[in-house]
Amino acid sequence: MAGSTLVFEAPRSARSAGRASPILRLLRTPSGAVGAALLGILLVAGFGASFATPYDPAAQDLRNTVHPPSLVPVRGSVHLLGTDQLGRDILSRLLVGLRISLLVALTVVPLSTALGLAVGMVTGYRGGWLDVALMRLVDAQLSIPTLLLAVAVVAVLGTGLPQIVAVLVIAGWPGYARVVRAEVLALREREFAAAARAVGASDIRILAQHVLPNVLPTVLVLGTLHLPVVIIFEAALSFLGLGIQPPTPSLGQMIGQAQDLVWQAWWMPTIPGVTITLVVLAFNLLGDRMRDVLDPRLRGLGPV
Amino acid sequence: MSGYLVRRLALSATAMLGVITIVFVLLHVSGDPASLLVTQDATRQDMERIRQAYGLDRPLSVQYARFIARVARGDLGYSYRQGLPVTELIADHLGATFELALASLAVAILLGVALGMAAATRRGSGVDTAAMTVALLGTSMPSFWLGLLLIIVFGVKLGWLPISGYGGWDHLVMPAFVLGGFYAAQVSRLTRTSLLEVLAQDYIRTGRAKGLRDRVVLFKHALRNAALPVLTVLGLSFGQMLGGALIVESIFAWPGMGRLAVQAVLGRDFPVVQGATIVGAAVFLAVNLTVDLVYGWVDPRLRSAAQRA
Repeated sequence: MAGSTLVFEAPRSARSAGRASPILRLLRTPSGAVGAALLGILLVAGFGASFATPYDPAAQDLRNTVHPPSLVPVRGSVHLLGTDQLGRDILSRLLVGLRISLLVALTVVPLSTALGLAVGMVTGYRGGWLDVALMRLVDAQLSIPTLLLAVAVVAVLGTGLPQIVAVLVIAGWPGYARVVRAEVLALREREFAAAARAVGASDIRILAQHVLPNVLPTVLVLGTLHLPVVIIFEAALSFLGLGIQPPTPSLGQMIGQAQDLVWQAWWMPTIPGVTITLVVLAFNLLGDRMRDVLDPRLRGLGPV
Repeated sequence: MSGYLVRRLALSATAMLGVITIVFVLLHVSGDPASLLVTQDATRQDMERIRQAYGLDRPLSVQYARFIARVARGDLGYSYRQGLPVTELIADHLGATFELALASLAVAILLGVALGMAAATRRGSGVDTAAMTVALLGTSMPSFWLGLLLIIVFGVKLGWLPISGYGGWDHLVMPAFVLGGFYAAQVSRLTRTSLLEVLAQDYIRTGRAKGLRDRVVLFKHALRNAALPVLTVLGLSFGQMLGGALIVESIFAWPGMGRLAVQAVLGRDFPVVQGATIVGAAVFLAVNLTVDLVYGWVDPRLRSAAQRA
């Protein structure tokens, strides 16, 4: 530990790290490459294939329910991954559900980042009563176990796609705010910030041109680690029946609806379950590598 | 030490006040708090009665002060689904939650530390790769999916374990494994990193050089020093297990606080949601406070650092 503190203080700027581009360094390791490939496939499935599903994901066929995955046509139609208790095609629902999960994560993370970044930069730079008030709010929010907080917010806002995005942003921003504030507190005392002040740069200019570029790598890493967390939380809420509502399918909801059928249809929870695990795995693999490449100091820090 | 204690207590108290404030804001953000406190088929008169009973017709500042006073007295309101005081309802469910959290903590410690040690002592070997792959899968597998998988395999196919409910130790095995397994994965990764860092220190080399057996070096010299960061994470995890076992308790129909909270939201029983949130946060803060104090006791360096600060 004693030796590593020296490393912590080494100056870091986006340009000095330019031996090889971070993206190349990310892809050069096996786990980074596997993560990227996996994510690529899932993105194509979620945002491409899901617009050309073999069946309408909401179309019911009550003569053909709880059918196991097979290549053989049943009553004239092939259901590769089988059908659910209402005879809906599981493959079609899976693809659309995957799109919803990815869409929620890719909306929630940028919004939480923007909010946390703004709060963290302003409180860290300005200090004063606003800092005290907002940081006490962050402390309080981080004291409520995340899923419990999310469920309590759902109780007020209700369920549905926009509500779930709001709930997850509300639950997500404080993690960013706390880390960004700590970084900014250190950065504002550094020589380059003092120099900019001395030549008369405004606060906004200092924040935008000198502070922001230095916190961006950290925020990028936090965001990558936040993505799988959001995927899991959305799926968990939908699993409990408190997230995405039918007829819109989502991966968590598919597992929740299959819960009572584990006796006769093991594939029904298994197919979306494996899919969620793969999505989270892809993001985890990429996030771990991203952290090592961009910000080794965050190693060992759990998800936001 | 007492200065540190006072400061730490004050911080927890402020956070708790913040939690109560957040819950108060949640109640009012919906526009009409009375509509959250009654069932859907309530009449206009019911709403009026609730408004008067809870003082919802008074100015916000008065309501806020009263709300804090009420919570401080331990009065969390009434559940209209069950017709019981929320405090009583939560007290009934807290025991099961504690039982599950303790068992899960045991799983997280035993499995996590063992995997981490196996990986660190055989760095770069097949054991290391296997242990870390298991850990990665463990963090990537959502608990509701792992839970159902175990139910399918051990409950439905093999019939070894009961798939839900509360009872003997056999009811505890699957929920504890699912809840503890996720944290075991994190603990194993942290134990590995921390142990590798310690094993590279000079005093370990000295120990080996003077002929100490591997086992003595590992358990007596390395593990003790590597334990500190692991201890912090375990403390945080225990707090989360106590307050956040909503999913696991729901899957296995475990009669704890998490399941109570989920069913309250589904049944639009807002006073119970409110109470569960406040109690969940209080337990989380209390566990963290204890861990911090124990930490200061285990590692005197932190105590003095806190005093200097």
